[in-house]
Amino acid sequence: MIRKSFLSLLASGFAGVAHADWTLNMPRGVTDLSVETYDIHMMIFWWCVAIGVIVFGVMIISLFLHRKSRGVKPATFSHSMTAEVIWTAIPVVILMLIAIPVAETMVKLEDSRDPDMSIVVTAYQWKWHYRYQDEDIAFYSSLARPSLEARRKQSGVDPFAVDNYLLDVDRRLVVPRDAKVRLLITSNDVVHSWWVPDLAIKKDAVPGIVNETWFKATELGTYRGQCAELCGKDHGYMPIVVEVVAPDAYQAWVDSRQDGTPRVASSQ
Amino acid sequence: MTTAVADAHASHDAHDDHGPAKGIGRWLFSTNHKDIGTMYLIFSLVMFFVGGAMAMVIRSELAIPGLQFVHPEFFNQMTTMHALIMVFGAVMPAFVGLANWMIPLMIGAPDMALPRMNNWSFWILPVAFGILLSTLFMPGGAPAGGWTMYPPLVLQTGDAFPFLIFSVHLMGISSIMGAMNVIVTIINMRAPDMTLLKMPMFVWTWLITAYLLIAVMPVLAGAVTMLLTDQFFGTSFFLAAGGGDPVMFQHIFWFFGHPEVYIMILPAFGVVSEIIPTFARKKLFGHDSMVYAASSIAFLSFIVWAHHMFTVGMPLTGQMFFMFATMLIAVPTGVKIFNWVATMWRGAMTFETPMLFSLAFVFLFTIGGFSGLMLAAAPADVQYHDTYFVVAHFHYVLVPGSIFAIMAGAYYWLPKWTGHMYNESLGKLHFWLSTIFVNLTFFPMHFLGLAGMPRRIPDYSTQFADFNTIASIGAIGFGVSQLLFVWVLVTAWKGSKATDRVWEGSHGLEWTVPSPAPYHTFDTPPKARIADEAFE
Repeated sequence: MIRKSFLSLLASGFAGVAHADWTLNMPRGVTDLSVETYDIHMMIFWWCVAIGVIVFGVMIISLFLHRKSRGVKPATFSHSMTAEVIWTAIPVVILMLIAIPVAETMVKLEDSRDPDMSIVVTAYQWKWHYRYQDEDIAFYSSLARPSLEARRKQSGVDPFAVDNYLLDVDRRLVVPRDAKVRLLITSNDVVHSWWVPDLAIKKDAVPGIVNETWFKATELGTYRGQCAELCGKDHGYMPIVVEVVAPDAYQAWVDSRQDGTPRVASSQ
Repeated sequence: MTTAVADAHASHDAHDDHGPAKGIGRWLFSTNHKDIGTMYLIFSLVMFFVGGAMAMVIRSELAIPGLQFVHPEFFNQMTTMHALIMVFGAVMPAFVGLANWMIPLMIGAPDMALPRMNNWSFWILPVAFGILLSTLFMPGGAPAGGWTMYPPLVLQTGDAFPFLIFSVHLMGISSIMGAMNVIVTIINMRAPDMTLLKMPMFVWTWLITAYLLIAVMPVLAGAVTMLLTDQFFGTSFFLAAGGGDPVMFQHIFWFFGHPEVYIMILPAFGVVSEIIPTFARKKLFGHDSMVYAASSIAFLSFIVWAHHMFTVGMPLTGQMFFMFATMLIAVPTGVKIFNWVATMWRGAMTFETPMLFSLAFVFLFTIGGFSGLMLAAAPADVQYHDTYFVVAHFHYVLVPGSIFAIMAGAYYWLPKWTGHMYNESLGKLHFWLSTIFVNLTFFPMHFLGLAGMPRRIPDYSTQFADFNTIASIGAIGFGVSQLLFVWVLVTAWKGSKATDRVWEGSHGLEWTVPSPAPYHTFDTPPKARIADEAFE
């Protein structure tokens, strides 16, 4: 077993080169708010870099100049009210500069009024259930079969050979572009969390509580996410796939679903 | 040990009418702060390796995509137990051990104020962790719902559930007793001329920590008791079906949990505030503002808990309050860091192992502070929450933060404890290996989290493969490097004899007693001023 694992470690080392995906940063995402979130993230990041350059810079200079081996005599100062006031006041100002734009985005994030459509998301151990409130559409969405087979312990299947390993589902959530989609999120058992990074939405699914959030995707595409709150043994195996399609394609999808397509009964 | 005892008898201020008892009784029935401190430190080191072994299981499984070694349910048991053991078994007892050893020596007290309770508070710990570890062998396995114990998931724990609750209660009782002892000792037993604002920083930060402990450990006890009655006695505190609220648990838990993180870092601030002045040969800059900063951090820690819950569905005004309050913590924390840098500035520094660990602490804890500031911004936190970004953040403040400070303290005071200098070259080697591997382990986790990898998953999509492999290599390297730490500790008795002052720049009462510190010290209260004059 150990030898096999070692071999697969080696193999994946090479595969890793082929599949190299050294993503370093948060995605900008495909909603106005995801871009704002990204901008907030980068703004605070650059503030941190600036503060870091100054603090670490002073420290490094000190580490070079003020060492005993250079024969320096230690100074005797041990306090300065002026210094304390300055390095208390400046961070307060910086924090205010950060807090104002962040608060503005927060207000927008929480404003789920006047949606174009609503979807009830119910979490189960370990799958998602979606019910479109204005249509007769409801279905479960679980881990896609290729991932399901490959994920078993010592399955012998190379994860790199599986498309979107662990991030693919059997039935996708389909939504139209440029529509304000309100999600009503709850859970049937334990706490889960619905998260799609490109939509910059993460909201806990709590039993007994209906949480509300929204997004408005501006670009067509397939966006993947995962359950973000530990929910038991298969927590790592309940992905989310959202497909943003053109409005007419969405209508066609809705029609096809309501045209006698077999579907899993909803469980309200 | 026999040499240490002989030295103690030979030294001038030891009372040879009652040395340590013989055999195992010395340890079982000990009321001596030094023996109890030693037991706390050894216990903490053992738990550090037990929790570390679990981390090795976690990182081995995560080294490459696919499930190779363990099943998901066992993986979850490992993450849960790793956290509980490291938080309650390794970091907290290590600081209590340092407090036991050093607070009486630093304030000129003969012992802790409540020595029998001191014995009791230590000996509860092996029992608590014996119970917790025994759950690994129970039907249904160890707790696997995360150290945060969120219901309803935690109620799905198997036979281990009541044992989890009981062991958490025991840890809480132990912590509360330890904290009471620290407060009573510091308030009542200082050298006559040591006013509050003349106390060393380590004593100050521990005083504040002890109040935090007394304030929040009962809250944790209440929360887990409610879990217990929900499970066995038909209550519905946290069960929606019975009219309860699962989110209420999270509020109660984090009302404990956030002060808890400062319980684990304030004594670290204290240790570093002792070490940097010693090796910079310059007084701690801004002692009083350091005290005020630590107190502000302690106060703020009570009003920021819900920043752990930005995705739970809180009212906008609630999110705003917790976001602004959280950001404010950056101010006193910044003051601490600026003061340490100002202490180094125009000093005459040397770089022995304790200083190296302290400098790494300042650098790397600051990086953890930066990611903390980023996490405070609620909209960005929606993206960071429950991802590896958070894992990176709290490991940066806990490993190169708390644990580096503990190691710095261990190297710093080891000559005072044993009477011998440890092997400096091996100490430095341990430092460099630890620092390189700790960054190799935890820095890539920032990228993983930002790229979208949730925490607490046993397997992941192939796009996360590369950084996970790097993190796993780092983790194994860090784990192996710690064996070197044990080697340095074990071989310390072979080192050269330590002087009373040990370090050229040491300051404070603990360096006026012989090395090794005699079994009984300060039978008559010293003058704190004596230390100042001796080390001018």
